[in-house]
Amino acid sequence: MSFEFPLLSLIIWLPIVFGIAVFTTGNDSNAQLARWLALVGSILGFLVAIPLYSNFDVTTGAMQFVENHVWFERFNVNYHLGVDGISMPLILLNCFITPLIVVAGWEVIKERVSQYMGAFLVMSGIVNGVFASLDAILFYVFWEASLIPMFLIIGIWGGPNRVYAAIKFFLYTLLGSLLMLIALIYLYQTSEGSFSIEDYHKLAIPLTPQIFIFIAFLLAFAVKVPMWPVHTWLPDAHVEAPTGGSVVLAAILLKLGGYGFLRFSLPIAPDASLYLADMMIALSLIAVVYIGLIALMQADMKKLIAYSSVAHMGFVTLGFFLLNTYGIEGAMVQMISHGFISGAMFLCVGVLYDRLHSRQIADYGGVVNKMPAFAAFFMLFAMANAGLPGTSGFVGEFMVIMSAVKVNFWYAFLAATTLIFGAAYTLWMYKRVIFGAVASPAVEGLQDISKREFALLAILAITVLWFGVYPYPLTEIMHTTVDQLLTHVNNSKL
Amino acid sequence: MQKLYLLVPLAPLIGAIIAGLFGRFIGPTWSHRATIGLVFVSLVASIIIFMDVLEGNSYNGSVYTWLILGETRFEVGFLIDQLTATMMVVVSLVSLMVHIYTIGYMHDDPGYQRFFSYISLFTFSMMMLVMSNNFLQLFFGWEAVGLVSYLLIGFWYTRPTAIYANLKAFLVNRVGDFGFLLGIALVLMHFGTLDYASVFAQAPGIVDEKIELIPGMPWLVITLICILLFVGAMGKSAQFPLHVWLPDSMEGPTPISALIHAATMVTAGIFMVARMSPLFELSDTALTTILIIGGITTLFMALVAVVQNDIKRVVAYSTLSQLGYMTVALGASAYSAAIFHLMTHAFFKAVLFLGAGSVIIAMHHEQNMQKMGGLKSYMPITYLTMFIAALASSGVPGFSGFFSKDAIIEAVHFANIPGAGFAYFCVLATVFVTALYTFRLIFMTFHGQTRMDKHTKDHLHESPWVVTLPLIVLAVPTIAAGWFIGPIVFGDYFNNVIHVLPQHDAIVKLGAEFTGIGGMMMHALSTIPFWLSVAGIFTAWFLYNVRTDIPAKIKARCGFLYNLLDRKYYIDELYSWLFAGGSRALGTALWKYGDIKVIDGFFVNGAARVVALSAALVRQYQTGYIYHYAFTMIVGIFVILTLWLY
Repeated sequence: MSFEFPLLSLIIWLPIVFGIAVFTTGNDSNAQLARWLALVGSILGFLVAIPLYSNFDVTTGAMQFVENHVWFERFNVNYHLGVDGISMPLILLNCFITPLIVVAGWEVIKERVSQYMGAFLVMSGIVNGVFASLDAILFYVFWEASLIPMFLIIGIWGGPNRVYAAIKFFLYTLLGSLLMLIALIYLYQTSEGSFSIEDYHKLAIPLTPQIFIFIAFLLAFAVKVPMWPVHTWLPDAHVEAPTGGSVVLAAILLKLGGYGFLRFSLPIAPDASLYLADMMIALSLIAVVYIGLIALMQADMKKLIAYSSVAHMGFVTLGFFLLNTYGIEGAMVQMISHGFISGAMFLCVGVLYDRLHSRQIADYGGVVNKMPAFAAFFMLFAMANAGLPGTSGFVGEFMVIMSAVKVNFWYAFLAATTLIFGAAYTLWMYKRVIFGAVASPAVEGLQDISKREFALLAILAITVLWFGVYPYPLTEIMHTTVDQLLTHVNNSKL
Repeated sequence: MQKLYLLVPLAPLIGAIIAGLFGRFIGPTWSHRATIGLVFVSLVASIIIFMDVLEGNSYNGSVYTWLILGETRFEVGFLIDQLTATMMVVVSLVSLMVHIYTIGYMHDDPGYQRFFSYISLFTFSMMMLVMSNNFLQLFFGWEAVGLVSYLLIGFWYTRPTAIYANLKAFLVNRVGDFGFLLGIALVLMHFGTLDYASVFAQAPGIVDEKIELIPGMPWLVITLICILLFVGAMGKSAQFPLHVWLPDSMEGPTPISALIHAATMVTAGIFMVARMSPLFELSDTALTTILIIGGITTLFMALVAVVQNDIKRVVAYSTLSQLGYMTVALGASAYSAAIFHLMTHAFFKAVLFLGAGSVIIAMHHEQNMQKMGGLKSYMPITYLTMFIAALASSGVPGFSGFFSKDAIIEAVHFANIPGAGFAYFCVLATVFVTALYTFRLIFMTFHGQTRMDKHTKDHLHESPWVVTLPLIVLAVPTIAAGWFIGPIVFGDYFNNVIHVLPQHDAIVKLGAEFTGIGGMMMHALSTIPFWLSVAGIFTAWFLYNVRTDIPAKIKARCGFLYNLLDRKYYIDELYSWLFAGGSRALGTALWKYGDIKVIDGFFVNGAARVVALSAALVRQYQTGYIYHYAFTMIVGIFVILTLWLY
């Protein structure tokens, strides 16, 4: 299905154009203009993405809304865009989160407003570009470009240790992606001069090079996800990032890694994927158990949620490499749901941080006495984070556990420990922060959430509940694509 | 009829939303009017459905599709049969009474609307649980009642003990759910569906399938499934060793102790196993496990109740023990007796709890029985209803508890699977203990000298009608519910719902001897349980009404035994050291050593240091002095020339 109208280009470039326009509003004397412009841009960005869902054909696994134009003729690089059931929901997630970030930073960010808002809009467009690219070079450009706004957001609006965190984030992810570039160049050679990702899918490669390609991609994607043991940049980045940065990082940027596995590793190196599946499953299960235990002991709320993100993303990679329908669809659902829930969790911490300027659990206690509405929202999101049925957090975990038991009972056993650990670290934190008697004069002076914060959290709350009670639309859009992917993976390239 | 089915859970849900989200605007009175009205609607609908089921109608259908995965549809749907309808009536009746009672108990609490919202939400969740026609929705309801239980135990969130207890309750329940979810996963894997009807239909086909969890040790799949499902039941129905959360749950307000932690939610595990009888029947190993776990819980938890002085804790341990009875009945394949005891227990335990709450109101929130005494003349209605409930609980012939408990004891007696002997001993011995602790409570609270301070004594009075009315209403089935044992346990009431294999025919043998409730009562007079319970009541009367000095002497003599019981066998201490402490220590170790030292310290920052070091090393060669560079060039030329010449 090819559209005359370049919808995907619009989805990519509209936020970027608005972002640049926001930059041009200049210094903070125009802050209000920058905010409104950013809000309009981000909402328009979401609205133009809606046709992607409403006109999406769920019966085909082929690319849709395809645009293909020559970019560099000499190297056969094309401006080639398209989405399938894997990338489309991720684009929608990204477009949905961006307006929330703008609103979240509305009153909180007082310095360099235009740059802050602009950076998020530009990033939103770039990330859409990553998800929509079907040309390897285009993909790589967007992929690397997405680092820059985030680097700046942490480095400029971050906490006291922001420079260390920003550089750690940048180097970690950059080093990972360099090997990916080498793999892409190898694939360019092997395919005799093509940068089309879809061509790579069809390429027959012997097992040994497949393993090398897989590992090169693995480093890039594992850092992004992040998988154990290359996860240590994430807690630092989250702790230093401003609230909006944390939300984007957790809700969107981590998904780039997950997406990469589905777009590159599995279809390009299917035999290597099967060959190394046990290793990948082991790493994922370590993430679930090991990180779950570490999260329990965190004294900093953001670190705790960051570690909990790593554990939840462990479910994503686990689902991928179980290599069956339940697993991959469950992992996809988990990615989307984690976008909402981790975003909401970071917003909740942001609400507290904006008031007391502390992320330490020990500085709080008895918040519910002063902020009952906030406590109710936080409860919902904490329960969602603990995977309570009826929230979207349950759906993905359920599907992946159902999938794991088919492969090996013990995989499911270890994965299911998240029921206990997830509840333990989330609710223990909740107990210490929210419940109890008012712990300090600072807590005594807390004000309950404003209308702006209420709206933000309410939107996310409705989404989390909606997909918990009725997740069917999510799997409906990805089902055909995932089926096709699995058929492809099970068809040896050797 | 189908719309009526939907109404049963949705009415309380709407009530919960009204009181929860809009309670602030509509005020306390309208909040309780809305929720009570809607739960009443639910009760009426449940009764109509019950009548319809009695006429032989049943229903199994879906409401909407939750998810489709591959070939499998996951649906939300209802299965309405005798078991469901019975549970619906019990749940909505007790729930309604507790709603009304709450008006009196919570009237000056700042969280009034929130409380009503929670208990209505609970009613909704419990209805979804019992009405489910598939494992998934069962799990939804299962976790949802756990959530509400968590919220309600921690209702008074400024109390450190309450927020400790609710976290503990949730986590212990999660351990059970962990097993339960794995059980569901195995069901899905082996049957390809989570729909009860299709799973039960296929179940006999997989009796011989084996799974090797540890290489070389094959297990029957059906046994593994049943034991995992039962782990879930152990969490929710507080069976040893996952019982630790229930006594602590008494930190919550008393109405919910009655509704959730006695009458309804904790029986979810019993209900679930009865619902799954077609699966459990296929595994003798699972049944034996259930028998033994149930037997341990029955006896050992009853013993703890004897030494407790907190009135609510006595009732809480009594609940544990009674749940043990139900579990034993399940293990003996006497599912109908288990459900029957579930029902009678719901009524008499609700009365005991609500009565205890009434006492607590009168005592200005003093729960220590040592400071009570002599209340019967001040609170006649509370006294009378609680006395009736105590008789029922002790199994005195004529009262509801007698029939259900006697059926269980006799069924275990007839059961012939391994472990039945042990369980029989446990349930028999517990009859004496039950009568002892129940009447100890009655005598310490209502009889003898008044031991409270003067201020409290001057203000002693019977509770208002919103408190006593539920007591009176629930006292009726506390007496009479047992009279229906004939059709329900021995008759064909549960035909087609509960499946028992011919070789597990304890209840059939028992039914053959059944000659009506009169005959059962007459027969009981010549059996051990009756005399054990009489002995228990007599002992309680002697120790706590006549020679009140003796208990202290016994306590002094048997210090070790007393401490063991008083500290609940030190299980809490063990768990908090082993599991809570263990995972905290492990978490710290992994964090400090794994993440900070090894990954970040050695690899990440180590890599950075290597780069820095080599840079520092290489930098030495860039001194900036011309003669250094010139010297290096000369050396280089020599080296190249040498190499070239050779």
